[in-house]
Amino acid sequence: MTALAHVPTPTGQPAAPPPLPRGGRRRLLPYLLLLPGAAWLLLFFAVPLFQLAAASLYDPSGSLSTGYALTWAFGNYPDALQAYWPQFGRSFLYAGIALVLAVLMGYPLAYAIAQKAGRWKSLLLVCVVAPMFTSFLVRTLAWKTILSDNGWLVGLLRDVHLLGPDGRLLATPVAVVLGLTYNFLPFLVLPLYASLERLDYRLLEAAGDLYASPVQTFRRVTLPLSMPGLIAGTLLFFIPATGDYINAELLGTPNEYMVGNVIDSAFLVRLDYPQGAALSFLLMAAILAVVFVYLRRAGTEEVL
Amino acid sequence: MSAKTTGHDTPAGDLRLVNLTKRFGIFTAVDDLGLTIPQGSFFALLGASGCGKTTTLRMIAGLEQPTSGQVLLGDRDIARLRPYKRPVNTVFQSYALFPHLNIFDNVAFGLRRRGIRSVDDEVMRMLALVQLDDFGHRRPAQLSGGQQQRVALARALINRPQVLLLDEPLGALDLKLRRQMQIELKRIQTEVGITFVHVTHDQEEAMTMADTVAVMNAGKIEQLGAPADIYEYPATAFVANFLGQSNLLAAEAAGPAGSDVPVTAHGARYSVPAVRARVATGPVYLGVRPEKLHLVDAADRVPAGHQYVTGAVTDASYVGVSTQYLVRTEWGSELSAFAANSGLGGRVPVGASVVAHWDPRHAFLLPRQPGADDSTAGLLDEPVGASS
Amino acid sequence: MRLTRWLADHWVMGVALLVLGYLTLPIAVVAALSFNRPSSRLSYDFNEFTLDNWQRPCATSDMCDAVVRSVQIGFIATVVATVLGTLMAFALVRHRFTGRSGINLLIFLPMATPELVMGTSLLALFVSAGVPQGFWTVVIAHVMFCVSFVVVTVKARLAGMDRRLEEAAADLYASPWQAFRLVTLPLVLPGIVAAALLAFSLSFDDFIITNFNAGTTITFPMYVWGAAQRGIPPQVNVIGTAMFAIALLLVGLSSLRGRRTRRVGLPAAPATGRRAKSPS
Repeated sequence: MTALAHVPTPTGQPAAPPPLPRGGRRRLLPYLLLLPGAAWLLLFFAVPLFQLAAASLYDPSGSLSTGYALTWAFGNYPDALQAYWPQFGRSFLYAGIALVLAVLMGYPLAYAIAQKAGRWKSLLLVCVVAPMFTSFLVRTLAWKTILSDNGWLVGLLRDVHLLGPDGRLLATPVAVVLGLTYNFLPFLVLPLYASLERLDYRLLEAAGDLYASPVQTFRRVTLPLSMPGLIAGTLLFFIPATGDYINAELLGTPNEYMVGNVIDSAFLVRLDYPQGAALSFLLMAAILAVVFVYLRRAGTEEVL
Repeated sequence: MSAKTTGHDTPAGDLRLVNLTKRFGIFTAVDDLGLTIPQGSFFALLGASGCGKTTTLRMIAGLEQPTSGQVLLGDRDIARLRPYKRPVNTVFQSYALFPHLNIFDNVAFGLRRRGIRSVDDEVMRMLALVQLDDFGHRRPAQLSGGQQQRVALARALINRPQVLLLDEPLGALDLKLRRQMQIELKRIQTEVGITFVHVTHDQEEAMTMADTVAVMNAGKIEQLGAPADIYEYPATAFVANFLGQSNLLAAEAAGPAGSDVPVTAHGARYSVPAVRARVATGPVYLGVRPEKLHLVDAADRVPAGHQYVTGAVTDASYVGVSTQYLVRTEWGSELSAFAANSGLGGRVPVGASVVAHWDPRHAFLLPRQPGADDSTAGLLDEPVGASS
Repeated sequence: MRLTRWLADHWVMGVALLVLGYLTLPIAVVAALSFNRPSSRLSYDFNEFTLDNWQRPCATSDMCDAVVRSVQIGFIATVVATVLGTLMAFALVRHRFTGRSGINLLIFLPMATPELVMGTSLLALFVSAGVPQGFWTVVIAHVMFCVSFVVVTVKARLAGMDRRLEEAAADLYASPWQAFRLVTLPLVLPGIVAAALLAFSLSFDDFIITNFNAGTTITFPMYVWGAAQRGIPPQVNVIGTAMFAIALLLVGLSSLRGRRTRRVGLPAAPATGRRAKSPS
């Protein structure tokens, strides 16, 4: 998964290779190399998006067995939103809270590994990636054990009166947000680590030498220089977290359902394709809008 | 031995570049270049970065296709041959040693590609030549820069190419090691007798090692010759300032008179022997090297036959082996003059009025663009553009 | 105060270790539960230590079938995605062509699109094209989302490779094919292997996209998902722990190999200025 860390940060490419000799065969070769992969992506990534767009405009009164007619039923969108706006809002709310928690946890972690860990650096890095070595679902189920009503964590929190005598963690929004934070935290930490790793320690010493307090050094030097990694990390965290429904299903109740749960049931249980497709598209559009606004505010459009 | 036309058993020949041109889009990197490099010579292509010297080298190696022109080796045009079919090998800038192969396999690479099975003796002989006998089992990353450089040399030389190309081979080494390798390269070249074509931006390196130096600028050769000849009698203002420094005074010449060419510069009259005049009429530069300019305190102490200008010392830099003075002339140009710290004669204080004189046989006349003013070197001790 | 000074210097490390605990705690729980004899099918609490689960991992045969199926899918998807992605990476790094930005976008977008959207859109395509869903539609989907990661991984390795090494090979009488086989491929291979491992782990662990396109085919994540409603057999944790152990072993081996290569190297790598200067 470390590859994710490379994705959105445009790496400092080495000087462009000298142009190759031009010849008929040479000019055709790159297209031959690209053809199979690009065709696969076009056919099974790009074309399906159009199919999904079409499905979202099907006549909602059709069904899988009777067949659907493309009636340009734009009404599917407001209808779907009206029916499921709480789940929709919850997706962004939970993912947003989880993101804030993840930044608060992930930044110190990435900073400590990059700048303070010394010879333990690679070991700590392995610990960050370690969760991804085993199944996502199995790990999420392990949280059921940790947060269970009979577990030590709930007992401890009850003893110190952070939870009432009947208070619980499992099947609450807290559990869902904790699960989301946990599952996607490595995606935030890795790119952040990559940019903090490149940070020259002498810059921090120079800031200190020039009368900056530790807090000022962080605000004026460390934070701005780690911004590309932080932006990449938050995107890699936020996009999958918003679309996730496994945590809500396994750690929450229908009261915590996110838009993913609705889409899942629209396609696989209720077989209401137009509605599922409309919700999928709305989710993608909303994520794109949030990302776009975020990147504009962050002032680094070249990240994407 | 394979049937290919490589190796010492094939009669080599001079390397000739004929009308060689390379364009990248609208940019002309190498412009109608013509050049003959005699067999067995140590030839240096000297120029600032971007002058086309590396492109020229890459065209000889076959790594770049010329837009037009010929690369002749003996009587054979190799310009269209693929790099792996040319009897030419390269020592790359920063060496390009294969990191996944050990030193032995790196050196044996070329022989093996040509289907030679028993390479051990040859490889050991080569490693001995570059004094790396015991390093065969190491990986390139375990060697120092100077050692890697020698492996790169051995890897190329083992193929006994007709021409060995060296692309800034010493650029990555520190000064002391560079000096040492310059001498070693020269020794090896004398020993193996292969034509070396050496590309560099370091004028000192070119002058120390090469029999013949070609100074390149903007895709063309400005001057070609033995290092001392080029230094003592440069052909253009560019060469005069790229190879060492020069004081160039804007002057007007009115044609030769006898064996001399009289010129007028800043209201005074000077003359230069006609054999040292690249042009004899119209706008010219009157050039004198800083070390040929001597300082005295009064005009009556100028030796007979010398010519002079008067001025005041504005700066004196003590650099150990010599002292470098800046002399501001009456018309405001600053000339530089180097005085050897030989212990004879004292140092001149800043502010002193001086007379700077020279022997006319050390001066030279170069063509000048009409309207161009004096061109003096100032206090740079490296020519502009020499640092990469 | 010495204590406040110590705290100021070390609180970041303290927080970091707590967060690491948060990240690794569930793995410890999975490992512990793999030795658990649960009190009931729907219980997630630790009840009693046993080795049964490890001795009979296939006690629930459905689960082992699902694991085998996931391995099969992962293997095929990895091979196809690695080949396609490596070819694309070579084209992108080693060639100039028009349409580069379009290709880059096509590779980037699948990594930035929520899995949910990819899963549902592929479902919409298969349904409207009348393609029956099952093993092969899952393979198609997995190749699709793995290709981009392969391209990115191989590209990084390839871009870091000095172009002059291939020129040196050509200069030393290697034909283009020999230069590729003897120089390019060995140097890029670690990147290709890393990409293949990444692709396999992505494929093996994928749930969302698979769930929309599997029809009645059951992969391991889908088995776990289904079992979560009915009660999880403890053997699931055996598989989870075994996966973790295998991955850890691979990492350990590769770092050991790296260290050995380094030890033969120069006696001591010069300490970087940065580390040497950092205050203790």
